Amino acid sequence: MTDTATRATRAVTPPGDRRRRLNGGGPRAGTVIAFVTPFFLPFLLFYLVPVGYALWQSFRVVRRSGGQYGTSYTTFGGFEQYGQVFQNTEFWSSIGRIALFGIVQVPVMLFVALTMALLLDTPLLKLKAFFRITAFMPYAVPGVIAAIMWSYLYSPQLSPIVDLLGDIGLKPDFLGPGAILWSTANISTWLWTGYNMLIMFSALQSIPQELYEAAKLDGASNWAIAWRIKVPIIAPSIVLTTVFSIIGTLQLYAEPAVLRQISSNISSTFTPNMLAYAVASGNNYQQAAAISVVIAVITFVLSFGFMRLTSKKAGL
Amino acid sequence: MSNPSTIRESRVSRTAVMALMFLLAIYFLLPIYFLIVAATKPQGELASTNGLAFSHFNLFDNLRVLFTRSDGVFGRWVFNTVIYAVLGAAVGTLISALCGYALAKFQFRGREFLFSVILGGVLVPTTALALPLFLLFSATGIVNTYLAVFLPSIVSPFGVYLARIFANAAVPQELIESARLDGAGEFRTFFSVAFKMMTPALVTIFLFQFVAIWNNFFLPMVMLQKESLFPITLGLYEWNGQTARAPLLQESVITGSLVSIVPVIIVFILLQRFWRTGLAAGSLR
Repeated sequence: MTDTATRATRAVTPPGDRRRRLNGGGPRAGTVIAFVTPFFLPFLLFYLVPVGYALWQSFRVVRRSGGQYGTSYTTFGGFEQYGQVFQNTEFWSSIGRIALFGIVQVPVMLFVALTMALLLDTPLLKLKAFFRITAFMPYAVPGVIAAIMWSYLYSPQLSPIVDLLGDIGLKPDFLGPGAILWSTANISTWLWTGYNMLIMFSALQSIPQELYEAAKLDGASNWAIAWRIKVPIIAPSIVLTTVFSIIGTLQLYAEPAVLRQISSNISSTFTPNMLAYAVASGNNYQQAAAISVVIAVITFVLSFGFMRLTSKKAGL
Repeated sequence: MSNPSTIRESRVSRTAVMALMFLLAIYFLLPIYFLIVAATKPQGELASTNGLAFSHFNLFDNLRVLFTRSDGVFGRWVFNTVIYAVLGAAVGTLISALCGYALAKFQFRGREFLFSVILGGVLVPTTALALPLFLLFSATGIVNTYLAVFLPSIVSPFGVYLARIFANAAVPQELIESARLDGAGEFRTFFSVAFKMMTPALVTIFLFQFVAIWNNFFLPMVMLQKESLFPITLGLYEWNGQTARAPLLQESVITGSLVSIVPVIIVFILLQRFWRTGLAAGSLR
């Protein structure tokens, strides 16, 4: 499949097509519109318009005419909303929290995923299908339900893990102020390791075996083949999973929101997205729009920055 | 090369690798195993018995309570989830397939531009869309209806991207040409020739979109206040928030979680090969 897909992307414009079109063949404009519109119209209405609307809103402010009891009206406010975002200490602490989360969780998760993918690709392992399926299974579980499951495993009253650790004299507090961020990170890791592993594993499977033959004849160990040959080849997949993970981290909402139901150590502004929602719930939509725009811009900058950085390093 | 020491070494590393993978498998299975055990227990035994050991088997009673609680609202949530995720993904797959096929097989002006715009949509965080959509929908009165969640869910730029790749790979140009020569219209050609050849790809697109909708918690939370319109995730979230006041809800949250993930996990395992196709194609970006 991978092979055919690659071939397909390369052959986007077969030369024959162009000739036929010059001869006047091919579908009429009406046909093209009929095929494209069923997707494009909802895409325009529910993707492009909201993006534009959020941008527009973020430049509006609410003012009052005639003192405290006067009528309120919205007007153009320039970068006023953005100024407020950047002066908001809750915004910065949510960003700091999520940065710490991302710097630790994303590398740990991807390292585990890569190790698993490499092991599944060696002859060392048996029961490969079993390991692959168990790792991928959490992907079928929505974030909310995963967080509910883990919150029971964290709760001091119900958790068998807390009981077990208690038997050996430990008193873990998974919901305490120091641990809660990492308890949240664990839920993300549980959910997404298998998915990332499968992306990397699919890439590994598409490497032709002949590439290893020479290295094997030279007596290279499985270890050397894995780190010196396989990892560099699947680097694009590793970059891709990193970018996906960065995007996911910045959007974190459901998992901390569920843990908030059982722990007072998660505030209503724990992550940037929770902050945006809290601000919107207070009817300050312009401010919420500005926060959403800032989150989206940070996401873009980080994903593109990371892609640029890695492609430069690889000498591309 | 194959002296005794390397053989011993490889046996050691084989064992170490298996042990590591088993540990990871336990990690991935543990929460689900815990959920299965907890769903079979009566509420009173949740805290008093070992969480990893079965005790009094009470699953059927728990199911009865789950589906009759609050006038059977859980059944309603299951139904809503099917509408949002299954119907939404089906409609979404169809429109993605039409658009991706057109982008792959038709020559027209602005084709690459259109594709770039759609591809840019892949990078837009969907949570960033939810709040502005809420405002737009409240202005048009769609908020707090099925449509508020359903309509945005059918749009999947990633689906169009996959459909374009798959249409290029799976549908030979000659077949389209010969269907045209036979006088078939473009839609007939699509549905009678291309659709069949793209079917495995369409299953992949459907699965990806199904999961995206099934996972999307933020959008329904922003859009819906009426309990009868909730998907399962939002409903269980609300119940979970009430367990402090109504501890008896706990068992229903647990049983409800199990009931909602088991069918999806089974379908996932059965349709494994479609996942790998989609992931392989996605990683070529």
